Amino acid sequence: MDYLTLLQILDSTLRLATPLLLACLAGLFSERGGIFDIGLEGKMLAAAFFSAATAAMTGSVWLGLLAGIASSMALSGLHGLASITFRGNQLISGVAINFLASGLTVLIAQSWFQQGGRTPSLIGGGRFEEVTLPFADALRDVPVFGPFYAEVISGHTILVYVALLCVPLSWYILFRTRFGLRLRAVGENPAAVDTAGVSVIGLRFAAVGICGLLCGIAGAYLSTGLGAGFVKEMSAGRGFIALAALIFAKWRPWYALYATLLFGFLQAIALRPDVLESMLQFKIQVQLLDALPYILTVVILAGFVGKAIPPRAGGEPYVKER
Amino acid sequence: MNEQAPAIELKGISKAFGPVQANKDISIRVMPGTIHGIIGENGAGKSTLMSILYGFYKADAGAVFISGQKTAIPDSQAAIAAGIGMVFQHFKLVENFTVLENVVLGAESGARLGPSLAKARKELTQLAADYELNVDPDALIENIGVGMQQRVEILKALYRQADILILDEPTGVLTPAEADHLFRILEGLKAQGKTIILITHKLREIMEVTDTVSVMRRGEMTATVKTSETSPAELAELMVGRKVLLRVDKVPAQPKDMVLEVDNLEVIDDKGVKRLKGISLNVRAGEILGIAGVSGNGQSELLEVLGGIQSATGRVKLNGQDIDLTGKHSDGRSRRKRGIAHVPEDRQREGLIMDFKAWENVAFGYHHEEEYNAGLLMDQAAIKDDAAGKFTRFDVRPDNPMLEAKNFSGGNQQKIVLAREIERNPDLLLVGQPTRGVDIGAIEFIHQRIVELRDAGKAILLVSVELEEILSLSDRIAVIFDGQMMGEKLPNDTDEKELGLMMAGMTKEPDGPVHEAVEAQLAHVDGEAK
Amino acid sequence: MQTMPKWADIVLIPVINLLLAFIISGFVILAIGEDPIAAVGLMVEGALGSSYGWGFTLYYATNFIFTGLAVAVAFHAALFNIGGEGQAALGGLGVALVCLMIPWPHWTVALVAASVGATLFGALWAIIPAYLQAKRGSHVVITTIMFNFIAAALLNYVLVNILRPKGTMDPASAKFAEATHLPTISDMLNAVGIPFAARTPANITLIIALLACVAVYYLIWRTKLGYQIRAFGKSQAAAKYAGISSVKIIMVTMAISGGLAGLMAINNVMGEAERLVLNSVEGAGFIGIAVALMGRSHPFGVLLASILFGFLYQGGAELALWTTIPRDLVVVIQALVILFTGALDGMVRAPVERVFLMMRKKEA
Repeated sequence: MDYLTLLQILDSTLRLATPLLLACLAGLFSERGGIFDIGLEGKMLAAAFFSAATAAMTGSVWLGLLAGIASSMALSGLHGLASITFRGNQLISGVAINFLASGLTVLIAQSWFQQGGRTPSLIGGGRFEEVTLPFADALRDVPVFGPFYAEVISGHTILVYVALLCVPLSWYILFRTRFGLRLRAVGENPAAVDTAGVSVIGLRFAAVGICGLLCGIAGAYLSTGLGAGFVKEMSAGRGFIALAALIFAKWRPWYALYATLLFGFLQAIALRPDVLESMLQFKIQVQLLDALPYILTVVILAGFVGKAIPPRAGGEPYVKER
Repeated sequence: MNEQAPAIELKGISKAFGPVQANKDISIRVMPGTIHGIIGENGAGKSTLMSILYGFYKADAGAVFISGQKTAIPDSQAAIAAGIGMVFQHFKLVENFTVLENVVLGAESGARLGPSLAKARKELTQLAADYELNVDPDALIENIGVGMQQRVEILKALYRQADILILDEPTGVLTPAEADHLFRILEGLKAQGKTIILITHKLREIMEVTDTVSVMRRGEMTATVKTSETSPAELAELMVGRKVLLRVDKVPAQPKDMVLEVDNLEVIDDKGVKRLKGISLNVRAGEILGIAGVSGNGQSELLEVLGGIQSATGRVKLNGQDIDLTGKHSDGRSRRKRGIAHVPEDRQREGLIMDFKAWENVAFGYHHEEEYNAGLLMDQAAIKDDAAGKFTRFDVRPDNPMLEAKNFSGGNQQKIVLAREIERNPDLLLVGQPTRGVDIGAIEFIHQRIVELRDAGKAILLVSVELEEILSLSDRIAVIFDGQMMGEKLPNDTDEKELGLMMAGMTKEPDGPVHEAVEAQLAHVDGEAK
Repeated sequence: MQTMPKWADIVLIPVINLLLAFIISGFVILAIGEDPIAAVGLMVEGALGSSYGWGFTLYYATNFIFTGLAVAVAFHAALFNIGGEGQAALGGLGVALVCLMIPWPHWTVALVAASVGATLFGALWAIIPAYLQAKRGSHVVITTIMFNFIAAALLNYVLVNILRPKGTMDPASAKFAEATHLPTISDMLNAVGIPFAARTPANITLIIALLACVAVYYLIWRTKLGYQIRAFGKSQAAAKYAGISSVKIIMVTMAISGGLAGLMAINNVMGEAERLVLNSVEGAGFIGIAVALMGRSHPFGVLLASILFGFLYQGGAELALWTTIPRDLVVVIQALVILFTGALDGMVRAPVERVFLMMRKKEA
């Protein structure tokens, strides 16, 4: 495999890792706050649809992004209502949200666009432009680094950089701010937060709110950055891969980056079976590559490679006790 | 009386949970700079009252006055703002946070964490010096002992400038020496003008540290008196409404063959900490061996090992034959087959399935027995029949085995468990905390049944944190401390003071003040645990 | 303390939950510019108005009975098996292998063998997550989700690379032999002189499904194993005290659960498609969650809920045929049912309890 092919694969790794990273960080905030969320998939899907639909109708990808975030946050609100306010089962609520998004997006797409559950293809201002970073062209001729900078680092849509920035930002918020301390505490022992005079409900809604925001960006990226319009079921299990990455990352922001880059890489080479075959001298089944993130997660979950310990109060509705 | 406004005054507080009236028209006045005790049995409504004061529950009626001002306390935030600090029976700490982070949580000085932590670190040093509240600010909560964790809770309250400190059953998890240390801290706080409300069901503590005391019974305040003008006997009577029967009527034991022999039992928990460090004991047919000890010193593990719930190393013989301790070839079921019955310490968590009907619970653990099965299916009629008989013989009320276990009171739940275990006619009965949360009437009944089983020639191993229960039921008393046996005593040869010292890890009277010696001992233990 | 009578818990609350789900579904139909009343009319006519409609409704219901029972059995052990989809897919593989590998003389023998194959494969796919939960503490919800995806990839691989007959492009197995074809409901009813529309997929598997309901009822409420499963589901600490092995209960319960999900393949693979196709389960595994929640994990409830969802599925297909409402409406209704009967149960329960408490206070 030559250097250029490698760069191409790394480039698509970053593209494909971006929605995973955003969704993974979304899950991280929610689960650190004690709310399990297997509805990442549904929130992404809803956001993908509403941002594409809005962008198609208004011609503005930014309005699309806002609509995507709004829809994702609305579903987050529903999840919060069920699992925080009414103390319902968080897993069941997540399952419901996935189906809700899956059904509603097609239903509404059909009603609005009559194109069999898709939106019109997005053109011009309806999509996020690729951003060429400063000096990308100037540095292109520098050996090794130049092409890397120009091909892999530069030339992505703004949301890719937003996602990358979210990693240090999430770390800072979680570990260096008052809000982060409280958020982590509420996922570990909500009673401690409650007796300290801080609202458990408020914190948890904030956690699912941030989760909705990030899933919204992830979904918007799918349909307006990675793709050019909404297609039925376009989230294609990414919400679950993000969930897998979250376990892989043991609920930590930097590890989330590494995990999603790994899974993004797996997706990227699955798109280039020729490269893999020439490298390994034998044929690798694409199905195996598809399944690999899930298999890896199961291996991690089984504790064969380090133990993944979720936040202690995760999944449990908070009930005051005497 | 003092001209000052009371630090805290409750007027006509009432609170009902559904049909249960937890607090009925309660009024108290507590003067600043005093320690006020609230005493009452389990379920008397003490904790509910304090939860109202801390904004956890909203009272149905009544008002709270802080320093003479009528104050609404809708939530904990308001309670903290009013200067109320609370140390709960079950600590409210984040286990994988440091002491410092726990103290700061909810009382940060700004959005950024760094300055808040720095400020708290400074104040913590000051508080530690002022009140003997020494803790390592950077230690993780999960790595420090319960006494230390309690100090963190007190520090949390003080850091929030609390003037009124409420402690709910603070000594339940402490050794007598740790409790003494706590009381000295409380005296220090009182000297600084803080007001302290101490909730407990232990008379000794009330007599020792409080200035005034209120007695609660079944949701009502039955009296408020000066501690110096009352006596334990009077308080006890106010608490239960009649004279307490302290001794169990029983004839001297007639021990026969050796039933249980335990040799060098060791248990290591999943965190790698040694919970039992070589326990040896034996129990003969026809006697009750009581295990005294502060909870958390290994007695629960001992019961669990013998009951087949936990694996261990060492050797245990029942009627002269080894039983498997590895857990590979044995469990609760095989123990039952061998003739060991087990009344677990926590009946609601372990002894019963609360959502099952009472009759279903009668077969629990014995569901493999032939009498309860008919071919492939369970014989429901037979189980129901058996349940009806047990209900009558053990006077379970209400007398309706079709009700779910959760619909019975603590005492009646315990009777269901006891009926199930005792009527198996086991060679060895393991009993943990037989009367925890049980009303007085049922306590007598339960004690009598245990003694009857002994008199029928069975061996009984009794674990209880209530010294009085140990003293009145046991034929021999073994004291457990930090996973080791501190020695054995005969009930007529010892008293609460001696047992108390042994429970704190001492075999003889120390030379210096008791608490320091124990403190040293405990520090040593803590170090090992890490 | 009983806060409300039993009938309210078993009947009233599920009915209110369901009504809420349907009312909101009605608004969704309204919002996309269709008439909900007319839609319901169409659905009832299409799904229940003819024996043809019933033939499809019952076919779908049969699928859901199996997956619903699968989820319900796991619920009793406090396990949430989201893996019905993957287990049913593997069950399909089991059925296909049995039907393709051996030249069966008669459908009765083939049915028995295929049932065994379906159950074993489905159980196998559930046992691995169960083992990981029991022995390694990996959360069964997450692992069963992962196993759904792994199953999809595995089926894809097997169909494309192994079972696909040479010369065809379609990722599907060969047609099963004539002798393995199961009698349909219409065959059976017509044989005894009751007219029933032909060319409907409902088949003899429906009877197996009904038997499964009865078997699950006895298993859960009348056998020792069921007693232990329920005890474990209510309190793991107590189960341990009683000497009930958590490893055994988790493994056995999940095996039964996976086996039931796998058994569904008799209906869709052997009874309907008569070959194994890609994505043969079509979401029935997930509908099992809705069905089990709605049926309160009771076999009779599961049966009723399955028929309701069978109706929705067939009615939804009819809607898609005659109106612009896509079949995905059913997914929305399914989501709302899960939401209201599962996650938002507390929203309905609390006020209902308060009403009963008030009524009782008035009496007293």
